[in-house]
Amino acid sequence: METETNQVAGVCVDAGGYALGMPQLCADWMPNQIFWLIITLIAIFFVLSRIALPRIGAVLAERSGTITNDIAAAEDYRNKAAQAEAAYEQALADARTEAQAIIATAKADIQAELDIELQKADAEIAAKTAESEAAIAEIRESSVKSITAVAKDTAKELVLAMGGTADAKTITAAVTARMKG
Amino acid sequence: MEPEEQSGPGLVFHPLDQFIVKPAFGDGVVNWYTVTNVTVWMGITLLCIFALFVLGSRGRAIIPSRTQSVVEMIYGFIYKMIEDISGKDATRYFPYVMTVFLFILFANYLALIPMSYSPTSMIAVTATLGFGAFIAITILGFVKNGMGFLSLFWVSAAPLALRPVIALIEIISYFVRPVSLSIRLVGNIAAGHVVLKVFAGFAAIAVASPAAILGIVAIYGLEVLVAGIQAYVFTILICVYLKDALHPHH
Repeated sequence: METETNQVAGVCVDAGGYALGMPQLCADWMPNQIFWLIITLIAIFFVLSRIALPRIGAVLAERSGTITNDIAAAEDYRNKAAQAEAAYEQALADARTEAQAIIATAKADIQAELDIELQKADAEIAAKTAESEAAIAEIRESSVKSITAVAKDTAKELVLAMGGTADAKTITAAVTARMKG
Repeated sequence: MEPEEQSGPGLVFHPLDQFIVKPAFGDGVVNWYTVTNVTVWMGITLLCIFALFVLGSRGRAIIPSRTQSVVEMIYGFIYKMIEDISGKDATRYFPYVMTVFLFILFANYLALIPMSYSPTSMIAVTATLGFGAFIAITILGFVKNGMGFLSLFWVSAAPLALRPVIALIEIISYFVRPVSLSIRLVGNIAAGHVVLKVFAGFAAIAVASPAAILGIVAIYGLEVLVAGIQAYVFTILICVYLKDALHPHH
């Protein structure tokens, strides 16, 4: 059992280099595995805790920060757009109101002008009417006078022709009385 | 390797030979400090973790590269696991949990490379991990809660008469934790590799080789799952134990 190769390879392998029993249970090899495992774990731990994990954590935090900022910025832009729309609507409404006001003013102006013109025309018409009425009255009056004169003359002549004598006073009075009646 | 000459009549496989610890450079006795095949593969594990986590996250990009997304995904996965299971105050132990998870994960997957060595199939390794975590968590429990940590075993929700019995069961189950942790991991990984090796031995026989190769492919696929799942199970159990240590009151 105790051969040269055995001495060199240890107690857990036979002369041919094959495992005797389970290599897992070979107590001679365990300190080696445990020692190197601890070294490896410490190395991994330092690599992770000193370099990798803080870096990845920072990247993830930065990313979530960027996303949050971008969402906030988007929200901001949306609010600005809404404000711009509101301002536009306001401007439109203002313009409409102003237009309405301008139309009303123009209408009022035109109405006023129209009224003045109408008044002027009315006044002119009234003046013309009064003038015409005066002329008509004058004509009527002068015609009555003429008729009276003609009637007096005619009456005088008739009286003379009848052979009567008549003074002017009596005839005039008689004609006037007749004219009235 | 000449098993035919050695075994004489019939087939003799040596499926356990893959677990032999031997010096990586030259021959000689395996001392505790000797650089062995275990050391080499643990070193490769470390290098792979370094490559993925340090070189992979080198860009620090807001929009991550593919490698960086993998790194961030693993980070987020373990971080969320600790946060959900152990509570928010346990996230300060995140680097420790991450170290254990990554070591087991990478060691398991690297062991699937043909001709490689699987450190997690050695009971000394998994027991160191399991008992190390157990002892650390137990000390943490007493430091954080003092004697109040013992209330973990005194289930106040149970009827008073039953409590001593339950306490006994709880104490036994508590001390079985590191054993089950290490045996589960070593059993899964070592068994998988042994089965692969046995199938590989049958593949040398012409008649059996198609079935054997099919078997290797199938078992290999299973082992790919097992490698990830065992790392996950180990980590999630550590998170559960960490929760018990930080919040022992049910």
